[in-house]
Amino acid sequence: MKILILGAGQVGSTVAESLVGEANDITVVDSDGEKLRQLQDRLDLRTLTGNAAHPSILEQAGIADTDMLLAVTQSDEVNLVACKLAASLYNTPTRIARIRSVDYLAREEVFSKDNFSVDFSICPEQILTDYIVKLIEFPEALQVLEFAGGKASLVAVRAFTGGPLVGKPLSFLRTHMPQVDARVAAIFRKDRPIIPEGDSVIEDGDEIFFIAATSNIRSVLNEIRRMDEPSKRVMIVGGGNIGRRLAKALEHDYQVKLIEYNKKSCEMLAGELAKTLVLNGDGTDEKLMQQEHVDEIDVFCALTNDDENNIMSALLAKQGGARKVIALINRSAYVGLLQGGKIDIALSPAQVTIGSLLAHVRRGDVVAVHSLRRGAAEALELVAHGDRRSSHVVGRRIEEIDLPKGASIGAIVRGEQVIMGHHDTLIEAGDHAIVFVVNKKMVKKVERLFQVSAGFF
Amino acid sequence: MQRTLTVVHALGLMLVVFSAAYLMPVATALIYADYTVLMNFLLAMVWTLAAGILMWMLTRHYKGELSIRHGYLLVVTMWTAMPLFATIPLLLAIPGLSFTDAYFETMSGITTTGATVLTGLDGLPPAINIWRHELNWLGGLGIIVLAVAILPLLGIGGRQLFKAEMPGPMKNAGLTPRIAETARNLWVVYVAITLACVVALKWAGMDWLDAVCHAFSTMGLGGFSTHDASIGYFNSPLIEFVMIVFMLFAAISFVTHFLAWRGKSLAVYSHDMEARAAIGLILSSCFGIALFLWWNDVYTEFGTALRHASFNVVSIGASSGFTSVDYGQWPIFAPLWMLFIGCVAASSGSTGGGIKMIRTLVLFKQAGREFLKLLHPTAVNPMKIGGHVVPNNIVFSVLGFISLYFMTIATLTFVLLISGLDFISAFSAVLACVNNFGPGLGAVGPAGNYAGLSNFQTWVCTFGMLTGRLEIFTVLILFTPHFWRR
Repeated sequence: MKILILGAGQVGSTVAESLVGEANDITVVDSDGEKLRQLQDRLDLRTLTGNAAHPSILEQAGIADTDMLLAVTQSDEVNLVACKLAASLYNTPTRIARIRSVDYLAREEVFSKDNFSVDFSICPEQILTDYIVKLIEFPEALQVLEFAGGKASLVAVRAFTGGPLVGKPLSFLRTHMPQVDARVAAIFRKDRPIIPEGDSVIEDGDEIFFIAATSNIRSVLNEIRRMDEPSKRVMIVGGGNIGRRLAKALEHDYQVKLIEYNKKSCEMLAGELAKTLVLNGDGTDEKLMQQEHVDEIDVFCALTNDDENNIMSALLAKQGGARKVIALINRSAYVGLLQGGKIDIALSPAQVTIGSLLAHVRRGDVVAVHSLRRGAAEALELVAHGDRRSSHVVGRRIEEIDLPKGASIGAIVRGEQVIMGHHDTLIEAGDHAIVFVVNKKMVKKVERLFQVSAGFF
Repeated sequence: MQRTLTVVHALGLMLVVFSAAYLMPVATALIYADYTVLMNFLLAMVWTLAAGILMWMLTRHYKGELSIRHGYLLVVTMWTAMPLFATIPLLLAIPGLSFTDAYFETMSGITTTGATVLTGLDGLPPAINIWRHELNWLGGLGIIVLAVAILPLLGIGGRQLFKAEMPGPMKNAGLTPRIAETARNLWVVYVAITLACVVALKWAGMDWLDAVCHAFSTMGLGGFSTHDASIGYFNSPLIEFVMIVFMLFAAISFVTHFLAWRGKSLAVYSHDMEARAAIGLILSSCFGIALFLWWNDVYTEFGTALRHASFNVVSIGASSGFTSVDYGQWPIFAPLWMLFIGCVAASSGSTGGGIKMIRTLVLFKQAGREFLKLLHPTAVNPMKIGGHVVPNNIVFSVLGFISLYFMTIATLTFVLLISGLDFISAFSAVLACVNNFGPGLGAVGPAGNYAGLSNFQTWVCTFGMLTGRLEIFTVLILFTPHFWRR
């Protein structure tokens, strides 16, 4: 597939990196030649320096025969214009734009065919904010990912001595709480995947991925580890796009303190936020943290745009007594280094947000893609189409489907119903299957499986 | 000097317009066939008109733009000249009335205070009563336009605040950009509500004359009555209820009324923080005082207590000043609390007087900010009202206003004490005048009136009414040397 990416910022370069690996022809356009050079050194793709909204640049980048346009520059307006041009001048089939401003997002018609012709709009900041909100809501979880419009969730959690299920085989879950339907999709022990069977025993320190109806998450979490007290106090460092959105999303349910270095931004934040206590200071200032009682903070989020600052302030907060610390870290090398150490959750914005972009790029009917374990594993939501003759999945029991080893169907969402995937579950047309893939290399095979064969048409 | 003449020019024009106000009592005198009084009013009208035209003609070469500095001068001269000319019919029609008392009476009318030095109100010619009440009504009209359209330009006591405080989505776009257009819109609303009030009072059982008079003084939150016993004369719960509703209405900003009327939506009221706080304070005080009176056996039945507490608390709290019973006889907490809410409760842009609710809110929030500052020294905590940030310089001018307000109250109280008045009378008279609600306690309480004061004391009260009505700064600035320096 020929894909044109506008903007080589964090979002653009991560998407490019991910898509190059999946054998696509990628062209990246940015006004900053230096960024492009760095990207080209690492990846096998074409780059072009110039204003991404200018027709001449788009033409040079080969928009005429491009299959998909990803407009992910920093500027909403450039993205909108590029999509409009692509639609009306070059007939580009799929146009995806990154839109930050709530003003645009609030009006559907801005993106319609008659206006800016945007097929899909994504807002990485909002996705990341929603993600962090989930983590604060379930302080025990490492990851909470929603599927099928929030009906089912995939939760990653570290098993801890004290949970009723720890030290017991998985089949115990079913006998212990028969009314709750949940399925353990994978267990990672010392970073190595274990395919869960009924007799697999959960050990202290295992990283467990389970799928359940969203309303059941809490009771399942209860089984795996002793419940922490629910979070009440949240401290955020960094009042940028993400910090501001997060404070706004949390301030009515939690006590939120927001530390921001820039005095001007502080004043704007304080004006905009209703209940958040905005503090003017340095997020790595341990005096300030003490003064603001970091030891009583339930969740501490370091969300500035500086990795090192985030790491340092998260470490200081942990040292100061914060219960759970989350640090936003852009460099993927750091993420692997720090996760699971003193920092409870190292968030890579790229990994969190890329899924929503990938879902549109992937073949077959992929509704959602979530990266797990820093991109090593993946969870996909796919729609099954066709009938027993044209499809490899429809009309078959799960055990009959030729899934690669390491991939498993965790659950099926049929209408409003969430059905756990058992070996004898029959897949129907229109079902949303949530597929867990231990190794990313198998993704392509899974996707091919869900594609309808040519005979269907 | 030239600019001062420009002020005289504008004042002349204003007097010409003001002379039209005599048409109302003239018509009343015609209806009641009271030709002596008719002549008095026609004479007053001619004099006012002549004075206006003379001032206007003589200074016609100085027509021009006014500076902010002369804006103050114009406003103060307007509010002193109107009562001055308005005394003419009173002096002509009421034998033995001194100029001091007549000026107090008309000033009380124009400033919507409603304090009176006249006794035997029931026996006054209808035209005179209409005139007194019309002054209340005109004063209310004047103060709305002044508060909404002119004072924000002068920036007195954080007045810019009210511009930013237009409720909800219609903020800033809420009113028209031109002062004249704004004023016209507010007049329409004011007149419409007044007409509704006249009809409601007639329906509640007043005769037409009383209905018109009381509608005028209700909407202006003035408090003049055609009866010595004020509303107690009617002894009608229905009339009291109608007046409570309209007094509360008049205590809300007319900008809010206008926006609600134009947007055909009551939601505007719930967006108006100031109105919510004001109505909340007044209504909870009604209930609290009723409970207090019932508890202390002032009234044996709670219903009676609630009726009298409601009417008098709303009346004083909204700074209007009607009375239905002698609340001076109530245990001292009740009348003092009433005086207190009279100082703070009315909304800006309403016809009520006092500090205004929005400044009270600013004062309270500032106190909260100081506490937070002590607990979290690095906190950035802007003052917010209704979700909008209030800049610090406005907060300062609000605080400046409030301190000057209290200094004025204290100073005038001391002056009255020096003149020999007892403390309760002196203090409550000053509060009643500066906040424009009318009756105080003691000698000037609901049972008595201001007739017993000496000439000097009357003038002090007159000054208090003017100062309070024009937001203190406007008047006192004329006494600063800087004002007159070039």
